[in-house]
Amino acid sequence: MVNYNPHSPGDTTTPEPAAAPAAQIAGPAAQAPRTAETAPGPAVTAEALTVVRGDRTVLRGLDFTVPRARITGLLGPSGCGKSTLLRAIVGTQAKATGTLTVLGAPAGTPALRERIGYVTQAPSIYQDLTVRQNLDYFAAVLHPGRAHRTARAEPVTRAIEDVDLTSHADDLAGRLSGGQLSRVSLAVALLGAPELLVLDEPTVGLDPVLRRDLWTLFHSIATTRGTTLLVSSHVMDEAERCHRLLLLREGALLAEDTPDALRTRTGTGTVEEAFLHLVDEATR
Amino acid sequence: MTVSRTLATAARVLRQLRHDPRTIALLLIVPSLMIILLRYVFDGSPAVFNSIGASLLGIFPLITMFLVSSIATLRERTSGTLERLLAMPLAKGDLIGGYAIAFGAIAVLQSLIATGIALWLLDLNVTGSPWLLLLVALLDALLGTALGLFVSAFAASEFQAVQFMPAVIFPQLLLCGLFTPRDTMQPVLRRISDVLPMSYAVDAMTQVLHHPHATAAFARDAGIVAAVAILVLALGAATLPRRTP
Repeated sequence: MVNYNPHSPGDTTTPEPAAAPAAQIAGPAAQAPRTAETAPGPAVTAEALTVVRGDRTVLRGLDFTVPRARITGLLGPSGCGKSTLLRAIVGTQAKATGTLTVLGAPAGTPALRERIGYVTQAPSIYQDLTVRQNLDYFAAVLHPGRAHRTARAEPVTRAIEDVDLTSHADDLAGRLSGGQLSRVSLAVALLGAPELLVLDEPTVGLDPVLRRDLWTLFHSIATTRGTTLLVSSHVMDEAERCHRLLLLREGALLAEDTPDALRTRTGTGTVEEAFLHLVDEATR
Repeated sequence: MTVSRTLATAARVLRQLRHDPRTIALLLIVPSLMIILLRYVFDGSPAVFNSIGASLLGIFPLITMFLVSSIATLRERTSGTLERLLAMPLAKGDLIGGYAIAFGAIAVLQSLIATGIALWLLDLNVTGSPWLLLLVALLDALLGTALGLFVSAFAASEFQAVQFMPAVIFPQLLLCGLFTPRDTMQPVLRRISDVLPMSYAVDAMTQVLHHPHATAAFARDAGIVAAVAILVLALGAATLPRRTP
């Protein structure tokens, strides 16, 4: 169930998430008077979030927050509801009940669409366009009009550099490898300088060096651009690289804490062991 | 809907096609080859070629655009690009409009070649203006695009999508008056043919064939084809789900 990747670069290369101030994570009660732009509250606040798909309850009354300008990892085994939760936050999941506030507005509000970058699990790009043509098109959707044509060129070039594909910029996407494809997909999400980046398993199938580079990129995006990142993964060792974790199992939240606190609380050495410990505890 | 997003989408669809020269060649050449084939099949009876040939000039763009657009939208749905686009500030109308413009442009090119060959090389005798033929062909292409976009919502795979072609197009082909005048059909079938849009596409072509100017009947027929195309495009937009069930 729980994947472990023996080729992980391990703790030595993990960017230090020590600066994560757990104290900053206050409940919704701590929010200042609401103005959508300046709301200092968490990027995402969920209360009793439930999602039903068909006759199956995929998410069961989740309560959690995602702090701003931090990397929050959403971890859990395949099929536990991670993608559904991410879709609910992005606003593309039907039948979500409860309260879900994203960047100060109810999830799914049309005005949120340009403030959130979303990378689906499958690389959702056009395989019969080059890397740059893909980005040009999505950039034109975000900032339409001839007048913005020159203004669009710079973010496109930067996004390609961010994901280290400059040498492949004019290659057809269909000729790229799987890992390169998912990086193109990620580059599209970086385009609009979104306030919230929602990444569904962005590092699946990538080699260890690339995974490390991507995590370095995630950290630099969070610290230098102040972007909030919500990253899902079923590989537990990626948890160590996050500031904060949401552990999900069978649609229920197992824990919401920093990796350090989780390990300390469960008296374990890794987040994976902590996860197993919590599962045992819950089923006992 | 924003014009620039719609145009950006149309440009993107055309750019995708440009990376696929074989598809472009097939789109542009096959209708002309069929017209040439038809001409020599009816070598001994040029009158038959004359009446069927004009109708086919309208039917080709409808069929090819139906096929191309149903597959293109299906790919958009299954590749996840649709989900991504709809999570972005893109209106459904921008997407549908972009496809309609892109495929409309291809259809104009396709019809220019086919009509040119039919009129000047194969001596197809048309009383009316070739521009009216082209106009009907463009409307037919839009109708084909609209139908293709719409049915792709009901197809879960490419296998199913191509099966919609015989299911949606063949009955119209049989009932549109191409093989026999509609008023000689069994009355129930004639009634059915009255509500199928391809019948009006063929009627409009027949009007151009026999009358030197745009008649009132031509305007009505062309108007019906255009109206149905827009209605189905709107229905197609409604089938694009912004939310995953």
